[in-house]
This record gives sequence, C-alpha cells and structure tokens, in this order.
Amino acid sequence: MDTNMPAIAIDLDEAMRFVWLEADLLDHACYAEWLALWTPGGRYVVPIEPGAEDFENTLNYAYDDHAMRVKRAERLTSGQSVSASPVARTVRLLSRFRLLSAGVEGCELRCAQLLTEYRRGRERMYTADLTFRLVRGADGLRIDRKVIRLINATDALRGIGYIL
Amino acid sequence: MDTLTAPSLALDALVQPDRARTTLYTDPALFEAEMKKVFENTWVWVAHASEIPRPGDFKTAQVGLQPVIVVRDRKGVVHVHVNRCRHRAATVCEVSKGKTSSFVCPYHGWSYALDGSLRGVPYEKGYDGDLDKSQYPLLSLRVEEYNGLIFATFRRDLMPLSDFLGGARKWIDLFMKQGGGFPIRTQGEHRFRFPGNWKIQLENTTDAYHFPLVHKSFLTAADSETEESWDIMNKGGYVEDLGNGHSVMVMMPELVDLEENLDAPIPEKFKALAAELAEEHDEMTVRRIVRAVGGVGFNLNLFPNLGCSAAFFRVLQPIAVDDTEVRHVALGMEGGPAAANRERLRIHEFFQGPMGFGSPDDAEVWDRVQHGAQGGRDLWVLLNRGLSHEEVREDGHRRSDVSAETGMRAAYAQWKRLMEA
Repeated sequence: MDTNMPAIAIDLDEAMRFVWLEADLLDHACYAEWLALWTPGGRYVVPIEPGAEDFENTLNYAYDDHAMRVKRAERLTSGQSVSASPVARTVRLLSRFRLLSAGVEGCELRCAQLLTEYRRGRERMYTADLTFRLVRGADGLRIDRKVIRLINATDALRGIGYIL
Repeated sequence: MDTLTAPSLALDALVQPDRARTTLYTDPALFEAEMKKVFENTWVWVAHASEIPRPGDFKTAQVGLQPVIVVRDRKGVVHVHVNRCRHRAATVCEVSKGKTSSFVCPYHGWSYALDGSLRGVPYEKGYDGDLDKSQYPLLSLRVEEYNGLIFATFRRDLMPLSDFLGGARKWIDLFMKQGGGFPIRTQGEHRFRFPGNWKIQLENTTDAYHFPLVHKSFLTAADSETEESWDIMNKGGYVEDLGNGHSVMVMMPELVDLEENLDAPIPEKFKALAAELAEEHDEMTVRRIVRAVGGVGFNLNLFPNLGCSAAFFRVLQPIAVDDTEVRHVALGMEGGPAAANRERLRIHEFFQGPMGFGSPDDAEVWDRVQHGAQGGRDLWVLLNRGLSHEEVREDGHRRSDVSAETGMRAAYAQWKRLMEA
C-alpha cells in the first residue's frame, strides 16, 4: 500500500460508485476496462448451491481467474460463439447496498442485482445477491472477488451468454 | 388416419431407417404418446449409486413426466417410488436430495416408510377400521443397477437391465475407469433448459459433425493440447450401434481404455497436477489419476435418457414437446486426491452448464432446430450421414465413421419399436 495514502476506511459511497462503474462497463461491453478492474488474483464466481463457500472444491457455474475472464470476454467479441452472436443486451440495476466490513485497505460489499437480458425476441430476468471483496490499490479500488448468487441458481437455467 | 390407432403404418410415415419426419420435434400428440410408450416401457436412468450412498439418502427424479423418489432404505436396498400420495395425489417430497426416515404427505399427513409402505394415517378412526394400509403403499417401480448406474421401469415383464444394456455394458465399464483407481462419485451438476424437443439433444450426444463448428469458440479458448485432442473429425474415431437404441461415439481412440498406455508422456496441461500429486502418491498412482482426470474419449448414449459423455453424465428430462431440461452431472474420484477432483470440476465448468464455453452454443443450435422445424413440417430430418460406408461387425453391431449418424439411426429405430408396441 502506498504509504502516502490517507488512512481513511472505504465508505459505502466509494464502494457503491465503484461497483456501479463495473455494472456500466459490463452492460456497455467495455471488456478491456472491465478486465482492468480486477486484482491479478481476483476471482469471479457464480456458485450453484446457496450455502457454498469453498468454491475451489465445489462445482460452480463460473469460477474464473484472470485467464478465464479474458477468455470469457474474448468469447463475447470473437464472433465464434453462436450463442453470443449477437451478445444479449443487458441492463442491470444494483441497489440495497450494505458494507459487511470496511477498512482502509479493503471492504466487503453486498448488494442486490436485477438484470434484464434481451436477445432474439426473448426477454429474461436474472436476480442475484452480489458480494464484492474490494481492495484499494495504488490507483483506486480493485475487485478481489465477486460472488454472484442467483436466487434460482439451483434451478434449470437458460444459457447465459454474457457476464453476470 | 389416427396415428395412435394404426401405429405401424403411421410410424413408417414418421421414421425411416435413414430419416425422421420433422413433426417428431413439434407434434404435441406424439410427445404425449412417447412419454408413455417410450418412457414407461423401457429402463430409464434415475440415479448414480454415489448420489444416495447411505440408508435414508434420497433424490427426486422423473420417469417420463412422472415424478419419482429414488431412496435407499435401512437395509441398503434402493427403491424408486412415484412421488404421489395414495390418498389425494399430492407429492410427498419436494426436496431434490437429502436424507430422511420417512416421507410424509403435507396435505393430510399420510406417512410412508422408505420402502414405500404406508405407515401412518392421521385420525384413522374416520375410516371405521376399513382402511387396509397394506393396500396403499407408494407406487413403486422395478429397480436394477449396473456398475453404479441405477435404472427403473414401470414394466415388471421387461427384460433384465443387464440384457437391455447389452452391448453398452462394456462401454459403461470403460467409462467408469475414469475414477483412476477410485470409485466414481458425482460432484455436483449443471441444470439448464432449452426450448426444444428432447430428441434434438438425444441426437447430439453422438453427433461429432457439429463439434468443430458449434464449438469453435471452446476450441479457441482451450489450450493447444486440448484443441488437438478435440480434433475429432480427423482421429479415426467411429460411431457404433450397440443395440436397443444405445450407441457409442469414439472421438479419441487413444482414450478408450484409461488403464492402457499408462507410460505415455504426461500432457503439458496436467504437469502441474502431476507434480502436486507426486508429493503424496507413487508414480504409477499419479499416472493412473492423470490419465483418467479428463475423462474418456467417447460418448455413450443410453436410450432414452442417459449419456455417459467423456467426463460427465448427461441426463435428459423432457418437459414439453418444445421444452427440455438437460443435466450435466460432474464426476469425481471417491476418496481420490482433492487436487484431481478440483481439476475435474474446472474442466466441467469450462465446457458445461449455462455459463460454460460449450453448452450455451449447443443450446442455441437446438433452439434453432426447434424454431426451424416449425417450417417444412412435411420434410424429413436427414439421418443418412455415413450410411453408405456403414459396416456390420461380427457381433452384429453397425459401425461407421465418427461423424456418421449411426447413433441417431439406432435411437430412432428403438423409438419406433417402442412406439409401435
């Protein structure tokens, strides 16, 4: 951590503004900027079981390290994937923010996400609880972990050809 | 002509050895008929033994459209019961899996033992002593198991499961070798739905032809070794009709028997895993696990609802004529190294499920089939690929090249036999 940085804990406003930025980048397909929001060891996780915590040893819908996030983004832009050609259009709303913990170097933020997708004449909604582990880097906040718990994760889902 | 009163004549107009009528995907009356004639007159896969390892363990499933409970009783015997109270038809279990000592109907409290027998009826005096509880057990199916695969059928007079599987048994045994010396266990599943007929997915399990096209984005994302191993159109594989609607598609002939070639070089992609395993295991154990960790090089299609596909089980659940649920069940090594099971989870997540790099593209093209099938209903769906060079083997099995539609021909022939009966 930069020793010149003021020792002020991350507050709700800063964390909210950051994850709204992330949401905006995903809805507008700014994948390069989205990839840059992460710590090198950051994990993007979409679990199946509601109580799952040991994601590494559990089957998930997605358990992405940096390399997998890059591949996921490439898949959306390469034109090779028939389910992502075109990519679904999405609009996501984040609300009901709560800081579960906060310090100078990092925080854990929980919020609700309502996402509507539209593709090939079909509109669908996916509702999820999001939990972010954010850390402060030299040039602002970074995502160290994002866990997307879909409320219907244990049900049979339709193909999700975009990044939740 | 009514398709249900003059079946064989009508069925000839629907299924020929090398083609099937488009309405097989779209006709609600056919769907209704096949849920009974196909699914209630054959062996249907309901569980893997590792899903219900202990007494009291259960899972819910379906046989055709009928909801069932698969449960292991106190003595270890597996039962499959129709999930319907004998009183007024409510389900007695709405939990997908768990452990219990009984099933109690939430409506009027009728309770059933694990073997299905009716044990308790609240306020029984209201029946004036003429309710013979022995006459009202949960309706139970016949259950048989082969190498951990549990099947059920409504038919008491059907051939034994072992005979039904017939030529597929050898391939089941080969498939189970991917435990790498450990028993196979399930380790989670992806469930997803697509708006199309169940037979579209059934066909796909032995369809190598689509792989390099539909899964181009998966091949691009995969490492170069994985990409090379999935170059299945050029590896000398084959499809074989195993009888009774079953078929096998050998995609990677070098990965048919995982206990062979244990001295082959360890692939680059598994070197880190091998090094981790070597800290606690001898070299031969490491080699066995690493060779097995990616699964087998074939897809075994067991008619009508189970695929033993490379490294996972594919379970088909028809919902409506144009709606199907697919389950991709991840497999692991029971008691095996956590690192190997983690590797298998990551391999599964990469391709399978609603957010995988493979399944959504499959689902998209199946969706397109269902949509396209609304047009040209009198046209045939062509199943003749590889027919002209199909050979009949000594054991009577028909075999053609890897991209042949031999497996689909086998499945539709069995479909027709059951629909005619």
